[in-house]
Amino acid sequence: MDVLNSGIIQTFFLILISATFTDNILLTRFLGMCSCLGVSKKVDTSVGLGLAVIFVTACTAAINFLVYEFLLIPLGIAYLKLIIFIVVIAAFVQFVEMVIERVSIKLYFSLGIFLPLITVNCAILGTSLFMLNKPYSLLQAFAFGLGSGLGWFLAITIIGGIREKVNEASVPRGLEGPGITLIIIGIMALAFVGFSGMIKI
Amino acid sequence: MLYAIFISVGFLAACGGFLAAVLVVAEKKILNYGPCNLDINAGERELTVDGGSPLLSALAENSIFIPSACGGRGSCAYCKLKVLEGAGFVGPVEEPHLTTEELETGVRLSCQVKIRNDLKIEIPKELFAVKHFRAKLIEKEMLTYDIAGLRIELIEPQTIDFVAGQYIQLESEEYKGREAVMRAYSISSVPSDNRNIELMIRKVPEGICTTWVFDYLQKGKELYFSGPYGEFHLSETDAPIIFIAGGSGMAPIWSIIQKMVEEGIQRNSVYFFGALTQKDLFYADELNKIADSSEWFKFVPALSREPEDSDWQGERGLITDVVKRYFPDTSAYEGYLCGSPGMIDACVSVLTEGGMPEEKIYYDKFA
Repeated sequence: MDVLNSGIIQTFFLILISATFTDNILLTRFLGMCSCLGVSKKVDTSVGLGLAVIFVTACTAAINFLVYEFLLIPLGIAYLKLIIFIVVIAAFVQFVEMVIERVSIKLYFSLGIFLPLITVNCAILGTSLFMLNKPYSLLQAFAFGLGSGLGWFLAITIIGGIREKVNEASVPRGLEGPGITLIIIGIMALAFVGFSGMIKI
Repeated sequence: MLYAIFISVGFLAACGGFLAAVLVVAEKKILNYGPCNLDINAGERELTVDGGSPLLSALAENSIFIPSACGGRGSCAYCKLKVLEGAGFVGPVEEPHLTTEELETGVRLSCQVKIRNDLKIEIPKELFAVKHFRAKLIEKEMLTYDIAGLRIELIEPQTIDFVAGQYIQLESEEYKGREAVMRAYSISSVPSDNRNIELMIRKVPEGICTTWVFDYLQKGKELYFSGPYGEFHLSETDAPIIFIAGGSGMAPIWSIIQKMVEEGIQRNSVYFFGALTQKDLFYADELNKIADSSEWFKFVPALSREPEDSDWQGERGLITDVVKRYFPDTSAYEGYLCGSPGMIDACVSVLTEGGMPEEKIYYDKFA
């Protein structure tokens, strides 16, 4: 029993860490760039949005897994997964919006338009679709979603911190804003390539 | 095959429906702010409304009509109100429309302020006088090839109490693919004719309301509007006047000029009417009649694109140049302008260059 348990927990954390670092959804797979570019100007908004994305990615990965296993496959409509996943993500993000509006009106306003834009964040749809490529169980799919979200959160927070510092430095004209941000993301992606191959999962 | 189509379509519909239902219930439970108290003008009026709706619609439901041209989208900025307490953060939609002074004194766009708790607001007294009218179109005549003159008879309430220069918000109806909207138009008739109003409406290409007026609104049809709104009106002084307006901008000016004739106000006035060609002139006969029969009024139409070789004997050129020529020194006059924001800006600079103090220039900017 102990071996079985540790097996499950071990795989949980292995998947979590690999999704966060070696297969970072933003820096390795380059998904979810637009929200990142738009929000990463300040660290606090980056953190706020990042936390929302972790929550949405993890929960929708689990929900979409259940919908896929227990509704789409039995009914033979697995080919509709793209549409159904996006609909589920959209509804879930609406729900998260309502909760954020009620709980922290400050965060709601500082996120502004980027909160509903989480719906079309490719990282979230990407996670739901990628998890189907591996023979994951529900718990493992949840780990994958959580790891992807964490990886995105990590990336956007670091980028936010770097941008805040770069703001005070002198950037060559023409590169300000999106230009220098993309260069920063590229350099960070180079750094994360160092993680690749560490965990084969 | 058919079975597969039914299943996929049916499942998609069921999925969408189920999620929509869940969200509706969630909204009722989560975004339930309970009843909120609106304190208007320091206790002059108190309302209790259900939280969660925008301030503009909550007031409209209680028969207080704040002007709005964009239907709550936050693009026209007509609905500015002072919210002294309880408004919350200024959203990104409101920010571009509010100056720093306005923000400091608590002015907000009431269509963007969501009622989440008790509010203390200030509503200008004139807005309390605004009513919602049911009326009937009794006359539609083409004043020029693209400007229609409407004569509207009031049904309920039967009379309207307004000041010459004010405007109303006309409600257009839904038609082929365009939603119902509200648009502001100045009243061109005189206040003493209080059972009717007249409007001058210029066709805007692809315009939602003007297309409705030109193509769908027929004689005898009922329509709705609210009003009167606006601070544009004749001053109480004796100073001589420079009127500048072109096209449908004539409406408030025509209302003011008719009132002056009726009440025997004989302040020296010149009305500069700017247009492109002779085709754009209208009411020239009526205005010339007033000019001929009185010593205090002069009518100066100026055409900027009239062909050189035509029979036009009047002024030519841009209206701003013509005004400058007639009045190089404008310091003793008051200015009343109506037109597009670009035209108004140009006229304001000509008048101020001639010495007119900015506080003496009155205008209605219609986008």
